[in-house]
Amino acid sequence: MSYPSEETNWETETEEKGSSPDPGGRPVKRTWFTVKTAPYVLLLPAVLLFLIFTAYPIIASFWLSFQTTEAGERVFVGLNNYVRLFQDPIFYQALGNTLLLLVLQVPIMIFLAVILAVLMNSAFLKMKGFFRVAFFTPAVTSLVAASVIFLLLLNPDYGLINYLLTTVGLEPVGWLNNPFWAKVSLVLVMLWRWTGYNMIILLAGLQNISNDLYEAARIDGAGKVRQFFSITIPQLRPVILFAAIISTIGTLQLFDEPYTLTGGGPVNATTTITMYLYENGFEYFDFEYASAIAYVVVVIIAILSFLQFRLGGERK
Amino acid sequence: MTEVKLQKIAFYIVLTFGVILTVGPFYWMIVGATNPSGETLSIPPNFIPGGHLIENIQSLLSQIDIWQALFNSAFITIVYTVLGGVISAAAGFAFAKYQFKGKELIFGIFLLSMMVPYQALVIPQFELFASFSLLDTYAAIILPQLAYPFAIFLMRQNMQSIPDSLIEASRVDGAGELYIFFRIALPTMIPAIAAVSIFLFTHQWNNFLWPLIALISEDMYTLPVALATIAGQRSIDYGVLMTGAAISILPIFIIFLFLQRYFISGIIGGSVKE
Repeated sequence: MSYPSEETNWETETEEKGSSPDPGGRPVKRTWFTVKTAPYVLLLPAVLLFLIFTAYPIIASFWLSFQTTEAGERVFVGLNNYVRLFQDPIFYQALGNTLLLLVLQVPIMIFLAVILAVLMNSAFLKMKGFFRVAFFTPAVTSLVAASVIFLLLLNPDYGLINYLLTTVGLEPVGWLNNPFWAKVSLVLVMLWRWTGYNMIILLAGLQNISNDLYEAARIDGAGKVRQFFSITIPQLRPVILFAAIISTIGTLQLFDEPYTLTGGGPVNATTTITMYLYENGFEYFDFEYASAIAYVVVVIIAILSFLQFRLGGERK
Repeated sequence: MTEVKLQKIAFYIVLTFGVILTVGPFYWMIVGATNPSGETLSIPPNFIPGGHLIENIQSLLSQIDIWQALFNSAFITIVYTVLGGVISAAAGFAFAKYQFKGKELIFGIFLLSMMVPYQALVIPQFELFASFSLLDTYAAIILPQLAYPFAIFLMRQNMQSIPDSLIEASRVDGAGELYIFFRIALPTMIPAIAAVSIFLFTHQWNNFLWPLIALISEDMYTLPVALATIAGQRSIDYGVLMTGAAISILPIFIIFLFLQRYFISGIIGGSVKE
């Protein structure tokens, strides 16, 4: 990223003016607020808050993950927490659940979002504003509220969805009670909550594709389908990649929905890594072990983001 | 010609179906909030909003003080948005329009920290607030993410469009740096600030994990925490639960309808330029 507008040359010429006393001769009240010092003053609140509430915690939890509490004292135990983590069946289950949800949800959602975005981008479509707002509404809803609504919709005995299934002659589904369907339930909530959001991102990407490309393709005799696969998808690739990365990061941190909808059950079938972190940290108060879990998430996110960049960006 | 027409119809059908799936759950929430629990959960269910809202609100209040939670959410979110907006605008302006030592380094660290998931911060933050006896306060929810790197990043991107000539001219006219920030940068950047503020607003309004951890007494609960508490009970009264959901969604919904454009670009992170 480079921004040519940044190459400024006013710095030197205005420098003396800012630091000199005012014409009246007496020292100006804020002589310290000059072109030189202004950026630091402007940054000070952000940097201070960042150091205390972001930078320090990042380092502290890393350090914490190598410690444990013995008789009320914190002691250094090296990699013990990590060793314990990799022998912990529930951790593996939580990791597996999270990755399964990721693999199920993200591709389906991106696929649906691409389709919706392409439809929304068609020239003849009227009421674009209405559709845009309608599809975006779930994205302003809190994850907890979204999950709560689905708690009612997915009620296995009397929920609307099972009622609709039975009216079309299908078997009702034990949504939240069955280990498999509980995961599907989570995927449904996430699809509902996030598809419109991603659609808007992709739509912005579509609008940036030059019309000349389609014009040229039409002249060459390429049909709509051909245009879609040889222009739209390749041109949209970076935006799809962006959407995939933020969705991946979001899914790896999944907490609000399972906490509200399934409580991690039945029998840990929907326990995610973050839920397991929360349980260890704030139900068993094993902060050190929870910190180790947090750092496993950090590493997984770093690896997956890197892989997606490599895979998605190779032809750029 | 008919083929084109068929295609158009197909487009509209798919989109309308999508809208029904998207808006349907909200409708069902309204049905649930305005009917006694038994009517929404019966076979066949009652599909029409009823007149049971007041009763649902009353039984909701007997479980949890939802108005207190609404106040807590509103207070925390508004203070957070105003302070966070100014702090990130100031930082963004510094990054966009000044040359200074350490600029690249500081900005790089901000960017890098965006890669670290929030979970990795939660435990030391909890210990930090506990050691200052600040758990279970508004400050505990407002402070930690006031300097939100993504908001700073967005502000910087937007502030770069302020013409240098404008700033330069103000300097020649004898304007101080503080004046330039408050009287020139901020007013010209109102759309961008609005978008970033909305990003901060929704982020805090919907914030859950940290308030769940840091708020202990019930009269400090924010709406999501209150809602999750009702949903976590052994026997759920769905009418009450939907009423709570509606109360938590309605305020942000109204703001959304009035400020759609800012909202969409704000939440998406400024990637939508119309």
